[in-house]
Amino acid sequence: MNTEPLDQKPATASSQTSASTSAPHSVRVATGDEHPVTSPLSVHDMTVAYHRKPVLWDVDFDAPAGSLIGMIGPNGAGKSTLLKAALDLIPKASGRVMVYGKPYRQQRHLVGYVPQRESVDWDFPVNALDVVAMGLYRRIGWCRLVSRRHKQDAMDALEQVGMADFAKRQISQLSGGQQQRVFLARALVQDASLYLMDEPFAGVDASTEIAIVNILQKLREAGKTVLVVHHDLHTVRDYFDYVILLNMRIVAHGPTDEVFTPENLKKTYGGRLTLLDRAAHAMARQGET
Amino acid sequence: MDWTTLDTWIVITGVLSAMSCALIGNFLVLRKMSMMGDAISHAVLPGLAVAFLISGSRGSITMFVGAAIAGLLTALFTQWIHKFGKVEESAAMGVTFTALFAIGLILIVRGADSIDLDPGCVLYGAIELVPLDMVTFLGFTCPQAVWILGCVLLINILFTLLLYKELRLTCFDPALATTLGINANVMHYVTMTLVAITTVASFESVGSILVIAMLIVPAAAAHLLTNRYGLMLALSMIFAATSAALGHISAITVPTWFGFADTSTAGMIAVVAGLLFSLVMLFAPHQGILSKIWHQLRLSLRIASEDILGKLYRLEEATSDQPTYTQAVAIPANKWINRLARMDLSRTRKITREQNAYRLTEQGRNVARQLVRSHRLWESYVAKHFDLNVDHLHDSAERTEHYITQTMQQEMIEELRHVQTDPHGKKIPNQQSDEANSNKKGRKA
Repeated sequence: MNTEPLDQKPATASSQTSASTSAPHSVRVATGDEHPVTSPLSVHDMTVAYHRKPVLWDVDFDAPAGSLIGMIGPNGAGKSTLLKAALDLIPKASGRVMVYGKPYRQQRHLVGYVPQRESVDWDFPVNALDVVAMGLYRRIGWCRLVSRRHKQDAMDALEQVGMADFAKRQISQLSGGQQQRVFLARALVQDASLYLMDEPFAGVDASTEIAIVNILQKLREAGKTVLVVHHDLHTVRDYFDYVILLNMRIVAHGPTDEVFTPENLKKTYGGRLTLLDRAAHAMARQGET
Repeated sequence: MDWTTLDTWIVITGVLSAMSCALIGNFLVLRKMSMMGDAISHAVLPGLAVAFLISGSRGSITMFVGAAIAGLLTALFTQWIHKFGKVEESAAMGVTFTALFAIGLILIVRGADSIDLDPGCVLYGAIELVPLDMVTFLGFTCPQAVWILGCVLLINILFTLLLYKELRLTCFDPALATTLGINANVMHYVTMTLVAITTVASFESVGSILVIAMLIVPAAAAHLLTNRYGLMLALSMIFAATSAALGHISAITVPTWFGFADTSTAGMIAVVAGLLFSLVMLFAPHQGILSKIWHQLRLSLRIASEDILGKLYRLEEATSDQPTYTQAVAIPANKWINRLARMDLSRTRKITREQNAYRLTEQGRNVARQLVRSHRLWESYVAKHFDLNVDHLHDSAERTEHYITQTMQQEMIEELRHVQTDPHGKKIPNQQSDEANSNKKGRKA
């Protein structure tokens, strides 16, 4: 179990890295910055800031291959930020991200991303099949049209999430759960090895939740690694083998049985580290003047 | 109306410029950046002025370069002010384009003696003068503006066709696009550059007001008309072309009906586009106002009809021991919708009229049975899950009963372990008419 004691980490020195802790399940050598090359996702001491104000401090972990990983934390803990920074969608203040041992930019094709459902305009004039086919755009290549074969691939993915009947439906006419399934199908056609999903269970109906869980388990059986931002604490034990507890920093990460404990949850949800907050505010304030 | 070659050239110019603007405008509307069209079309002015001062000529390639740079700067400044100034994006846009426009005006007024660019002309254009500036190129003689606009339209069409799916993805989900290696930011700035170029090409002939109208109005109208991306692009161009043609025709005819001289074609095109947009808003198939009203009306009629059927069914139920005749009642005709519903029910033979009373036909009774079944199942369901007095159940069930499907009925039945009666102790009717066997109600009479 990899737990960072409260208040131990110096808030001002982001250069002092993960050396303070070592984890029994991790291959990492305690003295260096060596992450296992085989890990689907290695985040090396990543700090993310908005306008100089850090919102994520010294995030450092290796995702174990072939597992379903839940990322848990309160609102504003930086869960979506972590995904976006790992995907180069927002800049990192420091740190790097390795995918299967190489920098993310070289490994884009191995990573599938499912953004939050609210992040797009569902009145956009496309149907469900069009959205799913978007997952194939890299494979199709620039300036090429979506062929019949690609449409068939997209159709198969829709079938897997139980949405084949809605292929031609304009996306605004779908329910929230159906929209989420479309997003999932779009990730499936990417045929990635590592999936990062931002709140796929948010606002979905019970049957969609079951469908999504089934898909996640199938992905794991196929040897894929899936990192899911998750909100519902009740289902964590049922869904995930591994958890990352996050609140502006990694509070704990490890196998669910070991890490998903009342004490760790209390640390995660029981208020932030006040020194982190104060340091962040100071950096934001002084950075402005 | 005197139609001359001049008019033909004016219409062609208008159509070409309207179509160029409309096509590229789709991406502004889809990205919810309509204001950006407004901003860029004003902000290119300093780019034009500087290009003038440097090259000393109009219609040259320098003008386009100047405009493209100015357009790109508008997009960049807007982003920077938004990001580093922590200013809302539309406010950042407002700051950027007014400042750039003002700089452009000052440059033009200062240099007005040396260059022939008129600020008024920038706003309204001079489409009527287009045919006076004929050039011959590749053995084909036509106004210079037609040449330029034709090229710009071609560029826009090629851009849209070649990057058809990339544009669709970056407009819909820029984050996913970026993770797939299609940089949404780059696409954005390329699009903005094209907006700037299109704006400049259209400027001289139709003016910046019409440019703004044509960037936004056709795309917005097309979005109301269709749910399909490709069709939206096509419809916006048809809309733009129609506005331009009708605009010029109106400009030379409508004022004469009232004894005035011709009016500005560019202005009239914008007016026609506005009118056409209103028509689309009224008559669009799904999202139009009339379609929505019609939809509401249909729903109200269905609810009123079902309420009548339900009422008759309950009356039948209450008087079921009466041998033959007549479980009937006068239907409330105090509201027009009830009267309409009564007529509709008679027409579809769900009720029949006998003297001043109405009664259910077999067909009507089937519909009513489903409704009452939904109503009572819903009451049982709510009673199970809410801690409510029995007399509080009716109102919500009265509203909900109209929306309950067969599958929902089935799910409720299963969850409620096949209840027979509702919380008031009334029997929940079965799917089919089983009363026919158990108690003779003489419905054959």
